[in-house]
Amino acid sequence: MTLNLEPNIADPDGFYDELLAVHQGLSDADSQALNARLILVLANHVGDRQVLRAALKVAAKR
Amino acid sequence: MVDIRYDLAFKLYPYEPIATQTQPAQRRPVVIVGGGPVGMATALDLGRKGTPVLVLDDHEGVGQGSRAICFAKRTLEIADRLGAGQRMRDKGVVWNVGRVFHGPEQVFEFNLAPEGGHKNPAFINLQQPYFEKFLVDEIRVAQDEGVPIEIRGRHALTGLEVVGDHVRLEVDTPDGPYQLEADWLIACDGARSPIRDMMGLSFDGRVFEDNFLIADVKMMADFPTERWFWFEPPFKDSGQSALLHKQPDDIWRIDFQLGWDIDRAKELREDNIRARVDAMLGEGAEYELEWTSIYTFQCRRMAQFRHDRVIFAGDSAHQVSPFGARGANSGVQDAENLAWKLDLVVKGLAPDTLLDSYAQERAHGADENILNSTRATDFLTPKSEMSKRFRNAVLELARDHAFARPLVNSGRLSVPCVYDGLSLNGPDRLDGPARTRVGAPCVDATLADGFLLDRLPGQFVVLSLDVDAPQIEEVDGVPIHHVSLDLSVDDPNDMVRARYLGDAPYAIYLLRPDQHVAARWNTAGADDIRAALRIALGKGAEI
Repeated sequence: MTLNLEPNIADPDGFYDELLAVHQGLSDADSQALNARLILVLANHVGDRQVLRAALKVAAKR
Repeated sequence: MVDIRYDLAFKLYPYEPIATQTQPAQRRPVVIVGGGPVGMATALDLGRKGTPVLVLDDHEGVGQGSRAICFAKRTLEIADRLGAGQRMRDKGVVWNVGRVFHGPEQVFEFNLAPEGGHKNPAFINLQQPYFEKFLVDEIRVAQDEGVPIEIRGRHALTGLEVVGDHVRLEVDTPDGPYQLEADWLIACDGARSPIRDMMGLSFDGRVFEDNFLIADVKMMADFPTERWFWFEPPFKDSGQSALLHKQPDDIWRIDFQLGWDIDRAKELREDNIRARVDAMLGEGAEYELEWTSIYTFQCRRMAQFRHDRVIFAGDSAHQVSPFGARGANSGVQDAENLAWKLDLVVKGLAPDTLLDSYAQERAHGADENILNSTRATDFLTPKSEMSKRFRNAVLELARDHAFARPLVNSGRLSVPCVYDGLSLNGPDRLDGPARTRVGAPCVDATLADGFLLDRLPGQFVVLSLDVDAPQIEEVDGVPIHHVSLDLSVDDPNDMVRARYLGDAPYAIYLLRPDQHVAARWNTAGADDIRAALRIALGKGAEI
């Protein structure tokens, strides 16, 4: 499996809304904690170490 | 003058002057410096194989303080082969269950309860002085049988020089100095190894800026025999993490992580220690403080464990954090890896380059241990805000979700390493289980009559399973022991089949004296076994 960097989310605006909504009203610290949990949940779902490594690389590139 | 640096738990080898003090330096084949677990295990193993050993220790016995308390299955298997295993099991506390807490909440529990068919448990807890004493007691038994081991207490090494084919040693005693010569010098003189310093060798690695307080308390408590570990413990002033673990004699190890900037003298005051312990155990808990200590740690190793005729083993060669019980356990594996190789070299049955494989294999083991213990330490003591957020996210998720539990790292408990891809490995021509691949330590199994590992003495073994192996008695003078199993009779629980054959119908294993797999085949001819054994002796052609 390779990392999918093509559009893959149905209803992107809806997803983005939901992502912001879970952070609504949280302090920075709580938001960061939530993000950390989210990353771990998603990473476990992906599972594939090669895909995860590729994703880390994409995210770390500025 | 020989300084006394610590008090003894057991006085086991009182100072005796030697008759040859004023005579010219005597030559010994092997001198071991340091009578700790690694030195004594090496001495006992070498002596039992018939190689004369002299142990020098600058004290007269085992130092006080429980120190290492978790001895792993592989260590107990080695102790069994050396004859000291039963007493360790009898005295030790067997434990299987661990609980991990975050603040007041339990995150999860784990059970190490191993699969069936192992003589030894995953771990016992046993104070290090007992471990050392049982080894020395076994050395005394061996000496009575004529095994050539000599221990000299309060004989301190003060200088050394490698000259050609031997090492010249300066030794100090209460009766003044004398000189010795050793064909081989084994430095088992601990993390602050004076020998390493005398030779000007470096010991590089990573320093962890953290102090840990050990309070061993004696109490009658009805806590279960489990390992309890707290991240961010809820009791007052207990620091970033805490541990509670049972030892023999109603002693409990309590460990608090205090952080970096502390006043050591203040924290070691009895009233301060008691305040912490009271907060953990509850007001009114009755206990005695048995032993207290504050320690810091580093993860580092020497670049080379062998320097010509001087060989480093245990903490003198490598140092890890205590998380995972990889210090004493890996040192005992050093001892067993070194003993058979040095024995064959001393007897002229193997080239001295075989000792380079000791350095290679045990450096591989040290790297694995340092990697694991460094990762555990990074989880326990996050070094940045973000790493702490991730750590706590893992702990929060682990309460409700199984997926996060494998990420919780309060120490990956010591297991022996596999010498994958290293120079003594022969061919792997069996489509067999990965856990007994070439380079791996043998896995125990219950036989119809006893345990498999008890059938493997400290020499090369051809283990044949449901097939005839060529009956070679020796290769180049190195004896071979044969163990032949008929699985329909010897393996009533199909354990040997599952662990050594998998789907293969039959197999031949060549095992090293330290019970690591040297080669394996479906079937092998005499030439196959000879060639593999020569590789395992460090004479090896590439395969």
